[in-house]
Amino acid sequence: MAMLDVSDLHVAFPRGKSEVEALRGVNLTLEKGERLGVVGESGAGKSMLAFAILNLIAEPGRVSQGRIEFHGENLLDLSERDIRGIRGNRISMIFQDPMVTLNPVLTIGTQMVETLKAHRRITDAQAHRLCVEKLKQVAIPSAESRLDAYPHELSGGLRQRVVIAIALLTDPEVIIADEPTTALDVTIQAEIMALILKLCRDNDVALILITHDLGVVAEVTERIMIMYAGLCVETGSTRGIIRAPRHPYTAGLLKALPQFAGRGARLYQIPGSMPPITALPTGCAYHPRCDRATAECRSRIPPLEHGHACFHPLDQTEAAS
Amino acid sequence: MTDPIVETRGLEMRFPLPTHFLSREKPVLHALNTVDVAIQPGESFCVVGESGCGKTTLGRAIMGLLDPSAGEIHFNGQRIDTMDDAARKPVRRDMQMVFQNPYASLNPRRNVFETLAEPIRHLMPEKSAADVRAQVEAVLDATGCDQSWQRKLPHEFSGGQRQRIAIARALVTNPAFIVADEPISALDVSIQAQILNLMTDLQADRGLTYLFITHDLSVVEHFGTRVAVMYLGRIMELATAEEIFAAPRHPYTQLLLDAIPKLEGGSFDNPREPGELPDPVNMPPGCPFAPRCHMAQSRCRSERPELRELPGGTRAACHFAE
Repeated sequence: MAMLDVSDLHVAFPRGKSEVEALRGVNLTLEKGERLGVVGESGAGKSMLAFAILNLIAEPGRVSQGRIEFHGENLLDLSERDIRGIRGNRISMIFQDPMVTLNPVLTIGTQMVETLKAHRRITDAQAHRLCVEKLKQVAIPSAESRLDAYPHELSGGLRQRVVIAIALLTDPEVIIADEPTTALDVTIQAEIMALILKLCRDNDVALILITHDLGVVAEVTERIMIMYAGLCVETGSTRGIIRAPRHPYTAGLLKALPQFAGRGARLYQIPGSMPPITALPTGCAYHPRCDRATAECRSRIPPLEHGHACFHPLDQTEAAS
Repeated sequence: MTDPIVETRGLEMRFPLPTHFLSREKPVLHALNTVDVAIQPGESFCVVGESGCGKTTLGRAIMGLLDPSAGEIHFNGQRIDTMDDAARKPVRRDMQMVFQNPYASLNPRRNVFETLAEPIRHLMPEKSAADVRAQVEAVLDATGCDQSWQRKLPHEFSGGQRQRIAIARALVTNPAFIVADEPISALDVSIQAQILNLMTDLQADRGLTYLFITHDLSVVEHFGTRVAVMYLGRIMELATAEEIFAAPRHPYTQLLLDAIPKLEGGSFDNPREPGELPDPVNMPPGCPFAPRCHMAQSRCRSERPELRELPGGTRAACHFAE
């Protein structure tokens, strides 16, 4: 049995008298120490998935269907009090913008100790020692003195390191990182992703990395899920999918990357844009943009089978070219 | 080589920082330090670097949105930074800008027609109302926008559509030169290719010259003709796009290239030391990159390397580049 097993997850938001679905039946499994990438464009539902796993869907949204099992226990059945024993403790989160995640009026040390004390019975001295240790683990120079610093005194890269240190404080089994480097420069992104990768490997921590960047996913994860309009359209090993995507959307995303076109040549482009969840087409949500679509695609939603949700997937040889 | 369309000579930009009114210190931020670029007609000249390196400041100074503290800016052979507003007006028609975030750069209360008509009315007052309409229709066609968009407001469009409208606005006065400041970074991956292709097509049709400001080197490799790599307000390396990727000469360029995530993987396998831009107000003496440079020697910390020409035509500001 997988450590984390999400099945048929639906998240709905009221709209007028009816509801619209931001997630329309998503399955996800995560083994101990496994690194999973969730890729998609903005609005595809990838952040919604992370929020749903942690029971953080804001009102009036709700999980309308599905199960989220963590070590066999359905998180959706837990009380708010019990979920707090898991959220930020056994499942930690790293968000996009460290300036928003950290409290600007509290020192780094105060915020770290606060996190620890929420989840552990621990003396001040022990807490202090643990905080310094974690800051050293994320390679923050002069860790001891940084405990008294306020977030604004640190650069963007160091702030994100602090956020990672806080996520690690409780020795979580799973880290969910939602676009952890999107607000950072490329060189800092490389440092932060290398750090996350090392920490996950060293401590056998599982990672759900949510991003729009296929390059980052290729570097860090072992398995990926491609999301489109609230559904997973393709999933499998990262290497396999990048080498030979089966779903036309995945293939299009990869082909559109500038590194695949010759210098100055035209880039492959997917026509149109992803429909909003309030105006989904019938059948496969990708069919209006797809050059392989047939009448069947317009009438029926393709089920996710053999790792792809498509009636007319690219065959192996076609995909590899 | 033909005459450059845009040239900067010794361009400097200094911003005084706020201080306590009794303080004797007058801290100054050097956003640009003696920047010389010469952009040839028809080029896609790219400027890359991390945030805070001065790449946006350079674009804005050339556009006349900021007044340089020292140095000269020339456009088609005329010096433009000292012109008064009236003399500059015809020049503004020939140089336009596309901004990063199409959610912020379009006036939310103005429909597409008004957005596109404004630059013509302002910069080409001789045009009649019929001419304005014809020009707006022509530019909508050229940028792949539908004529029915004219009466719509920005909130009715997706990010990619908005960026098309922003590009149409920049093109409506038929400029020769466009500054594009991170025009695709705010867009989704599947939309980025659409906008890049549009810019490539427009360049081929109209002979446009681009100054393309970006942090994304993979776009530069595809799109750029020449590249200036900037660090703390200085150009560290200036080369053709082929050369930058085939044989980067400056260790900072190498660092930027190594940081690009690759589909083959392997770039993030070794943890890196935290590296940050040094404080741009109290710049270290010597090479600004020395504190992060793995090749730095004592000479680099005391003596600042000048941008010099290397065999093959690449220019780099490093004592050890060859």
